[in-house]
Amino acid sequence: MNLIQISKREDLSKGKERIIRIIAVLLSLLAAGLVIAILGYNPVEVFPSMVKGAIGTEIRLQQTILKAIPLIVTSLGILVAFKMKFWNIGGEGQILMGALGASYIALNVEGLPKPLMLLLMAVAAMITGGIWAFIPAFFKAKLGVNETIFTLMLNYIAIKFVTYLQYGPWKSPESQGFPKVATFREDAVLPSLFGIHIGWLIALFLVVLVYFFINHTKKGFEICVVGESTETARYAGMNISAVIIISMLLSGGLCGLTGMIQASAVEKTLSVSLSGGYGFTAIITAWLAKLNAIAVLFVCIAFAILLQGGTYIQISMQIPAAVADMMQGIILFFVLGSEFFLQYKVTLAGKFRKAKEVA
Amino acid sequence: MEGFLAAAVVASTPLLFATLGEIITEKAGHLNLGVEGLMLMGAIMGFVAGYETGNPLLGLMGAVLAGAAGALIFAFLTVSLRANQVVTGLTLTIFGTGFASFMGKNYVGLPVPVSIKEAFTPYPIPLLSDIPLIGPVFFEQDLFLYGSYLAVILGTLYLYKTRSGLNLRAVGESSAAADASGVNVTLYKYTHICAGGALCGLGGAYMSLSMMAVWQENVVAGRGWIAVALVIFASWNPIKALIGALLFGGLSILGFRLQSMGIHVSQYWVDMLPYAATIVIIILSSRKNKKENQPPANLGNAYFREER
Repeated sequence: MNLIQISKREDLSKGKERIIRIIAVLLSLLAAGLVIAILGYNPVEVFPSMVKGAIGTEIRLQQTILKAIPLIVTSLGILVAFKMKFWNIGGEGQILMGALGASYIALNVEGLPKPLMLLLMAVAAMITGGIWAFIPAFFKAKLGVNETIFTLMLNYIAIKFVTYLQYGPWKSPESQGFPKVATFREDAVLPSLFGIHIGWLIALFLVVLVYFFINHTKKGFEICVVGESTETARYAGMNISAVIIISMLLSGGLCGLTGMIQASAVEKTLSVSLSGGYGFTAIITAWLAKLNAIAVLFVCIAFAILLQGGTYIQISMQIPAAVADMMQGIILFFVLGSEFFLQYKVTLAGKFRKAKEVA
Repeated sequence: MEGFLAAAVVASTPLLFATLGEIITEKAGHLNLGVEGLMLMGAIMGFVAGYETGNPLLGLMGAVLAGAAGALIFAFLTVSLRANQVVTGLTLTIFGTGFASFMGKNYVGLPVPVSIKEAFTPYPIPLLSDIPLIGPVFFEQDLFLYGSYLAVILGTLYLYKTRSGLNLRAVGESSAAADASGVNVTLYKYTHICAGGALCGLGGAYMSLSMMAVWQENVVAGRGWIAVALVIFASWNPIKALIGALLFGGLSILGFRLQSMGIHVSQYWVDMLPYAATIVIIILSSRKNKKENQPPANLGNAYFREER
């Protein structure tokens, strides 16, 4: 006889859902605090220091937003693919290929007015990033090839390819032996607004755009249907191959755009490190946002605070970066675990059959 | 040539341990993308335990426990709490990377103690090592490496010749059917995910204790991801995993070899080969529809008894 009975929740009020989520976050912080204490640091000092480091001053806040921008744009790209249950874990490679496309324009095209130049770079980035996502999408649609491993492998090929360019044919002759691609001219660098490059405007605009696309357009609806059930989609007469390919072009295009933003505004050149793990982190943020574009915005900002706070405590409290990684992991474990209690009801069975719900 | 092949066998060993671990995990129906993290956890705990005690067996024990413990987190979240396996696995990698880097921060650059170095020096197997070519390549290696052969043999026997191996495959193919026939699905999933994690841990420890024999940050360097791909290459078969690991191990050192022979190929292009080869393999394996080459039917899906 099972002592604990688990059943699917049918009716969960918004308020209750919020309470469970808040409890999960609090528990995760508690656990992270415990680990920090075990490692020999004082959690009561660490957490406030992280928050201070992320939003305490204008410059730190800007740093946090700089980290949130690529995370938001990439998460939106991942979201479009995940909605369709296409496990695109190739964001990292798509970012790099996008950066490569943008850099090719930036290094080879001259004499255009700045807005046109930037637009051309963005389009090139979306195309190259899109192509990098199109390849696995094509094979998935036509032959049913597993996309998880395919996209993952393409990450590494992109990394090696960009490294090859950076150390070989694209190495700047002026870099005195350093493996560095030439710095972009001023007309290939995104302008700033309120002290931060306009990537933040682009990110906000894309949040609204993707939200509208998924929830209020025919194509967006088709993506969701294919994700729910390919049978239903086929029965409804949708062209599943076309839906897969179009949404992956969009997904890769958005990741590619992240590459353009990072190359143009942050690095001001092509560098193999510019993807900075955002392609992987975005999978987590997109998932935590329950694949909702508006929620992506908030989850990514929260995550950026965690990232920037983690960087700050390295300097302010000499806490190694690894601790921040572990804390990230622990917090995520708890939030992932809490999803269960949103979907299922746990009741004590047996003689407690009539007992109240536990969660 | 012999030298190159013997080096390829060494390079393939961490891949082989991890691939076997992931095969067992996936046979239970769970896709654990945290292999990289598990290998790192095994690598550091194996190193710390070995370094502090000087005892090679305790080093191995540390790696096994660390890998199993990491996998236990994954098992709890994905089996009991039915969290998304892709996301949980990625999180495990983030956690494991941080864990290894933190635990190892005082050990960076330190070599393994002499007692362990001696325990893991090449030990030619009598008779077998006298076979031309095959002998020096496969049977003049260290004991830890021989353990990977043992794991292949035991893994094959277990999966295909024992009752519990059959049950395990049933769980991966159809948890509901296995459950109906009286198999404790949850128990099978937990034990095999943890056993898989332990093997990944051993793969990491092989790098830190024997192959490198010194602690360096991020010693695993992406091999965990190759192992995930190798599982598909091997179509979930331990013997094919051995072949795949050898091939990938060879490719990973080919660039240096070619350069020392005076053939100038950019290392970056050679580095792409294992990944490109994996892509070719998964495309090819999707074309042939042989039943035994397919992934476990329930891979990636959580099992919920009440939803049968």
